[in-house]
Formats: sequence, C-alpha cells, structure tokens
Amino acid sequence: MSDLLLHVRDHLILSGAALACALVLGIPLGSAIARTAALRDVSLAGVNVARVIPSLAVLALAQPFLGIGFRPSLVALVFLAIPPIVINTDVALRNVSAALIDAAHGLGMTERQVRARVAWPLALPVVFGGVRTAAVEVIASATLAAFIGGGGLGEYILNGLAGGDYGQLFEGAIAVAVLALVVQGLLTVVERRIAVRTGARSG
Amino acid sequence: MSEHRDGPRRGASIDARDVAVRYAESDRNAVDDMSLGVEAGEFIVLLGPSGCGKSTFLRTINRLVIPAAGTIAVDGRNVGDVTPEELRRGIGYVIQAVGLFPHLTVAQNIAVVPRLLHWDRARIAARVDELLGLTQLEPERYRGRYPRELSGGEAQRVGVARALAAEPRVLLMDEPFGAVDAIVRLALQDETLRIHRALGTTIIFVTHDVDEALRLADRIVVMREGKIEQTGAPLRILAHPATPYVEKLLDAKDAVRRLQLLRARDAIQTRVERSTTLEATENTMSAPIDADASLRDALSLLLQGASAVAVSEDGRTLGTLTFEDVRTAIAAQAQ
Ligand SMILES: Nc1ncnc2c1ncn2[C@@H]1O[C@H](COP(=O)(O)OP(=O)(O)OP(=O)(O)O)[C@@H](O)[C@H]1O
Ligand SMILES: [Mg+2]
Repeated sequence: MSDLLLHVRDHLILSGAALACALVLGIPLGSAIARTAALRDVSLAGVNVARVIPSLAVLALAQPFLGIGFRPSLVALVFLAIPPIVINTDVALRNVSAALIDAAHGLGMTERQVRARVAWPLALPVVFGGVRTAAVEVIASATLAAFIGGGGLGEYILNGLAGGDYGQLFEGAIAVAVLALVVQGLLTVVERRIAVRTGARSG
Repeated sequence: MSEHRDGPRRGASIDARDVAVRYAESDRNAVDDMSLGVEAGEFIVLLGPSGCGKSTFLRTINRLVIPAAGTIAVDGRNVGDVTPEELRRGIGYVIQAVGLFPHLTVAQNIAVVPRLLHWDRARIAARVDELLGLTQLEPERYRGRYPRELSGGEAQRVGVARALAAEPRVLLMDEPFGAVDAIVRLALQDETLRIHRALGTTIIFVTHDVDEALRLADRIVVMREGKIEQTGAPLRILAHPATPYVEKLLDAKDAVRRLQLLRARDAIQTRVERSTTLEATENTMSAPIDADASLRDALSLLLQGASAVAVSEDGRTLGTLTFEDVRTAIAAQAQ
C-alpha cells in the first residue's frame, strides 16, 4: 500500500471510530432529551456551547488531560461529532406528528412498538442528516489530529508545512477534501433513499 | 376481549357509568359525570360544539384517556381489567387526521393490528383484500400505494379499513369525515352505514355536523360542557328537543330538516282519507318516487308543480301524496 493510502486508511479509522462513539452516545442522549423537556434545556445549552468551540481548541484542551496520540484525538473528535447527532435526533423525534403517535397508540401498539415501528422510522431521515453533518465535520477535523500525534492525512499537511514541501501539503489537503466530499455524497444518497422510503419526501 | 371465531361476530355493548375526566392544569372536568349505555350493534353519534368533551369521552372507551372517576365496561368487562394494548386491538379507532403511517403501504397500514396479533401472512393478505373491497378500493390498484398517493377520501377509506382489520366489535370514529368535501363525505357516510349493517359492529361516531348526525345515528347523544344534554333517536330529538340548547343546536324548528328523515312510506300511512274529487288528476301527477325516498324529495316535486306524487315500491304504486299529506306527516311525527 502506498504511503498516501496508509494515511487515508488511518484517517478513516480515526474518523470512523469517532463517529461510532458519537452515535453510541449521541443517539440515546438525543432520544432521551426528546422525551424530557427538563433535560432538553440543559443538554441543548451544553451541546450548543460545545458546538462553538473551535476544533483546534478542543484538541488543545484534550492534550493536557489525555496526552498525545490516537486516544486524545478520538475523544476530541467524538466531542465534535456529538452535537449535530444529538440536536438532529431530538428535533427528528419531536417532529413526528402527534396524530400519528396517537393513531399508533389507538391501534394497540405498546410504547416500544410505537417507537420502533412509527417514531424511529419517521425520524430516521433527519437523524441521518445529523450523522452526515457529523461525519463530514469529523473527517475535516481529523486532519488536526496530526498536531497531537493522532496520525492520518494531517501528517502530510504538517510535514509539508514544516519542510516547506508544498507538494506534500497539497496532496494531503486534496486527499482530505476528496474524502470529505465522497463521504458527504455517499451519505446524501443514503439519506435520500431513507427519506423516500419513509415518505418524508415524495417521489 | 373474548374471541368467538365461530359464529358471526357482532357488536359489543358498552356501559359507561359516572365517567369524569379532568385534564391536568384545568379547573373543570372535560367530561363530567357522564353515563351512557350502548346496546350491541347500535350506531351512536356524539354531537356537540367544539370543546364539549366528545373526543375525550370517546377516548376513555379505548383508554387513551383514563377517567378520574367512573367505570366503563365493554361487553360487560371493565376496560381497566385488560392491558390498554389488548383492549385497543379489539376496538377500531378512526380519527379526522386519518393517521395513516406514511412509511407503510396501504396494505401494510391495514395490516398493523393483525400483525400485532400475530396473524399468519396468508390470513393477513386475504383480510387486506377483503377490507379494500369492503371500502370500495380495488385491491390490485391500491394495495401497494403509499398514503401520499391517495386522495383525502381514499385515505379516509383506508383509515376505516385499518380500524376494521381485526374484526373489532366496537368502532370509535372521531370526526372521521371532517376533512373531505361534501360529496365525498356523503359517499363515506353511506359506506359507513352499509358497513354497519353488514357487520353489526357497535359504532360510536363523533361529529359537530348536525346533518351527519341525523343521517347516521340510531341514537344521538347531545353533549354540552362535558355532560349529556339529551339522548334519543334523530327524529325524536328533532321533534322534542329537551332544552333550548338542543333546539338551537339542531335547528329543530327547521321543518325541511325533519322531512329529510321521513320516508314517503311513512306519509302514506299517516295520510288522511280524502274524497276522490281531491285526488290529483293524471296530468299533474309526478313520476313515481320510491317508498324509501325522503319526504324532502316529495316536497321538492310538489314545489316544482306536481299536484301529487305517486309513491311506488317494486313497481307497485302504494298511493299518492299531496302537499297536505306531507304536512300531516310532519305534524303526526311531532306528536
Ligand atoms: N390533552 C389535553 N390536555 C388538556 N386539556 C385538554 C386536552 N384535550 C382536550 N382538552 C380540553 O378538554 C375539553 C374537551 O375537549 P375535547 O377534545 O374532548 O372536545 P371535543 O368536543 O372533541 O371538541 P372538538 O369538536 O373541537 O374536537 C376542552 O376544553 C379541551 O380544551
Ligand atoms: Mg374532538
């Protein structure tokens, strides 16, 4: 495998792991706050604060606590990916029509069945929109992981900058951009499919 | 609810006693000490202005609303004695918003309750087609469609089919035809009556449309601020409104409204004997109307210039009606 591909692979592993962790944490959190108004205000305030802190600052803040390498990079990226997932999950679940939920109860579905058969399938397109946003943000920000030894395509940029090797710098930058665009494109296609299937969009 | 797979399934009786509902953050009861006995197979219409508690009372029957006081029994069994889910799977529920699931096809929407009850696939498929037929939707054309591909009237039909899927013995309908135009509404009302006759399901139907109530009900329950103001057969309530409120709500003085409910057959029966000289002559006699046509139709013909209307049944003439006969019929019914 070429050196570039190895870096692409590392970049994707780091991003994928961060996204997976963010899903595991963000989706239950989003669905919990969709159900509890009291929890929502506090959590959304926290999430919004997290959102405005620049990625670089998050990485810099993580370093004193977690040192350098893969792990602190992962934590910082999870931190970045959670807000869009939480916000979209909350909005998506709360926007499922009350009449449909009422109809589902009226037909004799249990709470679980209402969630599994009605609320989640209908919320899915919007939840997935949040996942797509998070994925693109993570791929772009994972570049910065190189600053704290997290590896990935950021190393190309860092080395290029350090050694004045603009060829290498551009190679890294373009690779990240292409990666982000490809992921964005793929996830958009999936999102459209889901939307059509769930009737959120006609056609 | 008990299942009697053998023998025809008929409607269940409902017995509500002293039911009261108070919503949190409200200082008055939405339903206030309401008692209502419904016979098996009866078609009850709850009629009253917006906010009088019709929907709330309806939803206590399938326990979407839990009353603060009182008891409700379906077929003699307290609705609180089974789990809400089990109860609701045995009670059809149709709402104005239709509530078809947009991510499911027509067939899948209709199959929701049978699936919850774990019917096998073949039985579900057969039932879906049967119900599409019953609600006048061609199975081949509609089965695979999504709700967004249906007109308002078609969607409402699917809503009715879905509610009937597991052969419920009680059907609750909350302003089901509120969102469709007048012509479609009439057609849906006719179909509801046909289905009611065919299945014998007990129906409780909520509306604030007086004409709809008069057309559909075996018995109308007039509600006011969470209480029952009057119950009775449509004609009886029109003829004898118990309070000024009922009279005003039903516009009971409107004689044409009453004529709508009287059939030509009834007028033939109340017709006074008259001398042959008063009998209409052939040339001013209208074309015959059916014995089951309303007196409103008869009046309409008389106003168009006929001096008498012939009433026939299966090609046989039962008699003739004059303007005087129509008037007598209203007076007789109002006694
Ligand atoms: N979920 C609720 N929470 C609080 N109050 C409610 C709720 N649902 C209904 N109410 C109130 O209870 C009363 C009865 O409402 P209900 O919906 O039963 O009336 P309705 O006769 O069905 O009216 P409409 O014809 O407008 O549907 C109203 O005053 C309404 O504001
Ligand atoms: Mg209502």
